[in-house]
Amino acid sequence: MSTLPIAMTVNGEPRRGQVEARKTLADFLREDCVLTGTHLGCEHGVCGACTVIVDGAAVRSCLMFAVQADGADLTTVEGLAEPGQLSPVQEAFREEHGLQCGFCTPGFVVSVHAFLAQNPTPSRDEIRDALAGNLCRCTGYQGIIRAVERAAASMAG
Amino acid sequence: MSAPAAGRFVGQAVRRREDPRLLTGHGSYVDDIDLPGMLHAAFVRSDLARGRITRLDVDAARAMPGVIAVLTAAELNSGHGSMQPTMFQSDPPLSPCAPLRPLAETDVRFVGDPVALVVAESRYVAEDACELVEVDYEPLPAVVDAQLAADETTELVHPELGSNVAQRVESPPNPELDAAFDSAAHVVTETLVQHRHANVPMETRGVVASYTPATGELGVWISTQNPHEVRQTAARFLGVPEQLVRVQMADVGGGFGQKYFTPRDELTVIAAAHHLGRAIKWIEDRRENLLASNHARADRVTVRLALDEEGHLLAAHLDHTEDCGAYPVGGTGGIGPFAAMLFPGPYRIPKLGFRSTGVWTNTCGRGAYRGPWMLETVAREEMMDLAARSIGMDPLELRRRNCLRTDELPYTTAGGMVLEHVTPSETLEQAVELVGYDAVRAEQAADAGRLLGIGIGLYVEPTSMASGNLGVETATVRVLPSGTVTVHLGTGSHGQSVETTMAQVVAEYLGVELDDVVVVQGDTASAPFGGGTGGSRTAVVAGGAARDASLVVRDKACQIAAHLLEAAPEDLDVEAGRITVRGTPTRGVALADVARVALNAPLELPPGIAPGLEATVSYQAPPITWSNACHACTVEVDPDTGTVEVLRYVVSEDCGVMINPMVVEGQIAGGVVQGIGGVLYEHFVYDDDGNPLTTTFLDYLLPTAAEVPTIEFGHIETRSPTPGGHKGMGEGGAIGSPPCVFNAVADALARRGVTVTEQPLTPSRILDALDG
Repeated sequence: MSTLPIAMTVNGEPRRGQVEARKTLADFLREDCVLTGTHLGCEHGVCGACTVIVDGAAVRSCLMFAVQADGADLTTVEGLAEPGQLSPVQEAFREEHGLQCGFCTPGFVVSVHAFLAQNPTPSRDEIRDALAGNLCRCTGYQGIIRAVERAAASMAG
Repeated sequence: MSAPAAGRFVGQAVRRREDPRLLTGHGSYVDDIDLPGMLHAAFVRSDLARGRITRLDVDAARAMPGVIAVLTAAELNSGHGSMQPTMFQSDPPLSPCAPLRPLAETDVRFVGDPVALVVAESRYVAEDACELVEVDYEPLPAVVDAQLAADETTELVHPELGSNVAQRVESPPNPELDAAFDSAAHVVTETLVQHRHANVPMETRGVVASYTPATGELGVWISTQNPHEVRQTAARFLGVPEQLVRVQMADVGGGFGQKYFTPRDELTVIAAAHHLGRAIKWIEDRRENLLASNHARADRVTVRLALDEEGHLLAAHLDHTEDCGAYPVGGTGGIGPFAAMLFPGPYRIPKLGFRSTGVWTNTCGRGAYRGPWMLETVAREEMMDLAARSIGMDPLELRRRNCLRTDELPYTTAGGMVLEHVTPSETLEQAVELVGYDAVRAEQAADAGRLLGIGIGLYVEPTSMASGNLGVETATVRVLPSGTVTVHLGTGSHGQSVETTMAQVVAEYLGVELDDVVVVQGDTASAPFGGGTGGSRTAVVAGGAARDASLVVRDKACQIAAHLLEAAPEDLDVEAGRITVRGTPTRGVALADVARVALNAPLELPPGIAPGLEATVSYQAPPITWSNACHACTVEVDPDTGTVEVLRYVVSEDCGVMINPMVVEGQIAGGVVQGIGGVLYEHFVYDDDGNPLTTTFLDYLLPTAAEVPTIEFGHIETRSPTPGGHKGMGEGGAIGSPPCVFNAVADALARRGVTVTEQPLTPSRILDALDG
């Protein structure tokens, strides 16, 4: 099957690839970029585990082809903080026990980064609604909701 | 030497050491494994519930570029040992297990039954080739209804077994039981239905298997709860010497029972790697996970309760039918007799009888799901409410009249369970206090139009059951020359925070800093033999082993330190990685220095002390360690839409000494929301022909953050008789919540005179009930 050249910026670094048109962005990130923090939980756009930020917007990388991201600026879970550090959102998830098995976690953390960038002072109901696009089976969402509140408070300084 | 007083680490809500890697995308799940030359597999599965295979043509698929092999029963099904878990190995079998085979041979028995396995250079190519595999079937009538399957059809799911009844167990005739029902002031009978659920770990199943013919070594990386079970099963199944099988698991994205045994599909992929002498990865997709991994619950039970004039329970009888599916994960998959024996729960029920029937059907096999026996709590707690309303008593009052008090313990139930160290009355009272039970009743009385409801779920939970090898765990606690401590365990953490909690136990009892302890698990080459993580057993069994091994190492460290310090061992304290003379804290030696002597300068050791500073200790837990809890919640039903909002949710629990309260509450919360989802949203549906209708997350609905209430907690701590005083609690949240939510909705609907007895309580079912 023929392939196409693509180029994009991922976590601040230029990335080039040669991919089949049908290759998903998620598979490109995982296999070609070896950024395995982006997880695949359903591959039909419901669970949100594969969420990444493309040109500032949170998108499901399982529903996007890699070629569609040609020229884009991407941030994955690996790029939210300096190596060895946690972002305020990641730190808040840790403080509030917002994760257990951790499989859905990258999607939540990325979604919350995008959400708080748009709405830095959300109400609890707004947080619940914003999180409804990501599925978690371990936590019952309790620690995740608290973590978003904590992150918003800490980022507001 | 006596154990130190617990509390510096045990009981503290310390942050998890798992989190930094998981939060930054640096976890290592099975799909992150990439071996040189690794191939990718995809299954061709039956799209028919029952039928004869009349033609299987794989030629086109085999000819496709990039395809390495297309394997069928002809290649993979012969010459293998049993695929059943170790626990179900007996000769002769205890009950007829499903005839597991890697791939379908002459016929298919459920939608999702694997027919062929394509192995290719990429997953994309493997899936392309699956499309080229041609299978023709002669359809046969599917056996889908478990009630009909048992007695009313001649169509057999497994013809070689001669019956659709997988197991049938009945309590012996009991004239006293019959007399109790005959003479009771009240007999209440209802048939309750708990529908079919799916476990839905967010990470699907997956395995990477690599076989090297030259050395005979089989390497397996797998999403599992139980690496040693994978090793035993793979070795037995393939005939590969056990010492040549190495199983590794790293991070695992949930399981909830699904990954406790080694399922058929994983073993088939392992067999393919063995057959081809290659490395093969198979990652299940979500559709496969929903239709072909395992299902759970799927129970129908007719319960009879006998009560006296004052509402005291006199007797209970259950007639339970459970749907085992075609290929349950583990034996027959049936838990009916155990559920029946647990039915009395925390109540005085003097007489008990039951009939339990497990049935094969042409559906996905039954498997363990967080509290696999929990039908007993669902049936009992829903019946308590139904019986209370039937005799005109408040459900709380009926529970109070029948609930065991602490001063009645130990108490042997009519199911033969000996309850001790439990506090059902205390948790009941704490939960109703926290939820404001009387205030809710007053609120209901004040507004007759609102469909406000309140429900209770009270239970005792048999944790750390010592069946098979499950009562034993082994820990190796090892001090490295740097003073760092490793604890090697046979656990298989898949979200339970074992790396944190077991480090807390070791730090506490060895007397070192938490950051100096590292938990090593998940690799059969380095982990002591153990039963993995499941059955709410890690705190009790692995915790017991970790504690005991820590104390042995501490004792030895003190003997060496006594020699170095010229003091008596019994005069020494160990804390924060330093051993000091009691009362003279300046006179001491670092554990790292003791380790240096023990490991690098053994000639400096005192006479009679062997080199090294480590201990391996096995711990045998009691047959059952009981924990208990009471859930209470309030709901409001919208009479126009039939939707349910959970307003408040309260859990009062007693899991003994908590190792980490944050983790305890996290485990409970997750289970509670699984229960809320199960009662209100989740339903795996087959049509009458056995076609699955809910194979995406758009159809199988999980609860989201938008639907869940804030869960409030109350804790009561009664030590268990185990050394650390811990009790298991991992499953309880999912056991108490279904009847609690169900009862609350039923309570709301009862205000309109409507009775419900079947789950799930979807809007359409609620509207139908209200429309009468």
